[in-house]
Amino acid sequence: MTIQEIQEEIIDEFNMFDDWMQKYDYLIELSKDLPAINESLKVDDNLIRGCQSKVWLHASKNDDKISFTADSDAIITKGIVALLVRVFDGQKAKDILENELYFIDTIGLKEHLSMTRSNGLVSMIKQMKFYAIAFSS
Amino acid sequence: MALDIQNIRAQFPALHQEVNGKPLVYFDNGATSQKPQMVIDAITKYYSEENSNIHRGVHFLSQQATNKYEAAREATRRFINADSIEEIIITRGTTEAINLVASCLSKSLFKAGDEILISAIEHHSNIVPWQMACEQTGAILKVIPVLDSGELDMNAFKNILSEKTKLLAVNHISNALGTINPIEEMIALAHAKGALVLIDGAQAVPHTKVDVQALNADFYCFSAHKMYGPTGIGILHGKKEILEKIPPYHGGGEMIKEVTFEGSTYNDLPYKFEGGTPNIAGGIGLEAAIRFMEEVGVENIAKQEADLLAYATQKLAEVGGIRIVGEAKNKAGLVSFLIDGIHPFDAGTILDKLGIAIRTGHHCAQPVMARFNIPGTMRASFAVYNTKEEIDIFIAGINRVKIMFG
Repeated sequence: MTIQEIQEEIIDEFNMFDDWMQKYDYLIELSKDLPAINESLKVDDNLIRGCQSKVWLHASKNDDKISFTADSDAIITKGIVALLVRVFDGQKAKDILENELYFIDTIGLKEHLSMTRSNGLVSMIKQMKFYAIAFSS
Repeated sequence: MALDIQNIRAQFPALHQEVNGKPLVYFDNGATSQKPQMVIDAITKYYSEENSNIHRGVHFLSQQATNKYEAAREATRRFINADSIEEIIITRGTTEAINLVASCLSKSLFKAGDEILISAIEHHSNIVPWQMACEQTGAILKVIPVLDSGELDMNAFKNILSEKTKLLAVNHISNALGTINPIEEMIALAHAKGALVLIDGAQAVPHTKVDVQALNADFYCFSAHKMYGPTGIGILHGKKEILEKIPPYHGGGEMIKEVTFEGSTYNDLPYKFEGGTPNIAGGIGLEAAIRFMEEVGVENIAKQEADLLAYATQKLAEVGGIRIVGEAKNKAGLVSFLIDGIHPFDAGTILDKLGIAIRTGHHCAQPVMARFNIPGTMRASFAVYNTKEEIDIFIAGINRVKIMFG
């Protein structure tokens, strides 16, 4: 699936929910399903330090595609991390750089990308794009 | 006399709003309090009708603004029972007040090998200025350890304190734990060794009667915005004989008597430390905030907050699976806690959805979190306008968080 198709799929899933509680319950579910990052990769080099919660992100290149694994110490953050990994994992560097991430806004979780949340997600998206730049050169 | 809390709440427009579709429960008063209408009106009136620069105009508006700004200084003097207005330096807040003292003492007092003593439960703003002073002068930073209860280790304090100690800088009340430190005793012990004492009163002045002459610290500082006043304005109280001896802080207008290219002479106290046009509206807002606190009565405020703390502590204990961080016997109106197995960020996010504003994280006191080996806490901090009904809503929120993440 393309990045665009995955984003549309996530938006469809979130459209089923009537209120914020169901959305957050779903994020908690997603956090449990996220394949756990290898403990050996949870090192400071892979750590994105938010003021409130931490995110670990690791990337590797397989042929022309980039694999991401990630984790967070906070569950809501981890749920959103799972969505970001789902969108970008296994995609080509070029596609990661060229596609706009709009689903977080559309599914009503924009507040998690604000300055004050300081949960490391903004830096995580930036870091995923940096990996894409690094792997495409 | 019991306070009419509903009447007090009616004076705070910001409290009467919905957040995420729920009535706001505002428990982040340790970060900043909401503002009563009389403070908002004073600021609005100043900018609408009275705006003018102070201390330098012969015209009516300038005279009037000067009188109002200086009335704030006099109100502050009365409020904290200072000896004279020369001892009341108006700053941007507690942080600037501490930086002022750190900077001026670095230029005049601290030498290599001197010791500056702080505690393990300080806010970053009462740590970093002293680290900078040490870097500049070669002085050494020493730290009073904290016990598991959140109380300072007074035996260790007595052992660390020596003739080398040039300054003791501690908070009156800890923002992260709520501990009320035994500052009267600490000030006396430090003075006996010849050290100066600075007290960070940012969390104390909004909640308890402070008498600077009785306390006898050399410097006492606080911020208006935590005591129902505006942001960007605060107070440094300093003993006159010390303020006279130390050099000025910022150079500029206001703080001079005469300027030539060969040199300048400095103004008298308190203006010597107040270079540049100040936050005039902020000063006028502070005066209104002091009037608000005096009208309600500081003792009444303290009693209401003590009742709220006792009720919240009891209700949290009933929830189960709650770890309260900071259980000092002498504690101010805030409770720092963790829910077993639940990250503070997750809990804070869900509480926000329920309209409940608390603080999560390290509270600008990372060394405190490191000491207790935790990433951060959730902190509910109370003001006079909070109610037990709001605590019930908060507890219901905690129970919901526990179900969601349990």
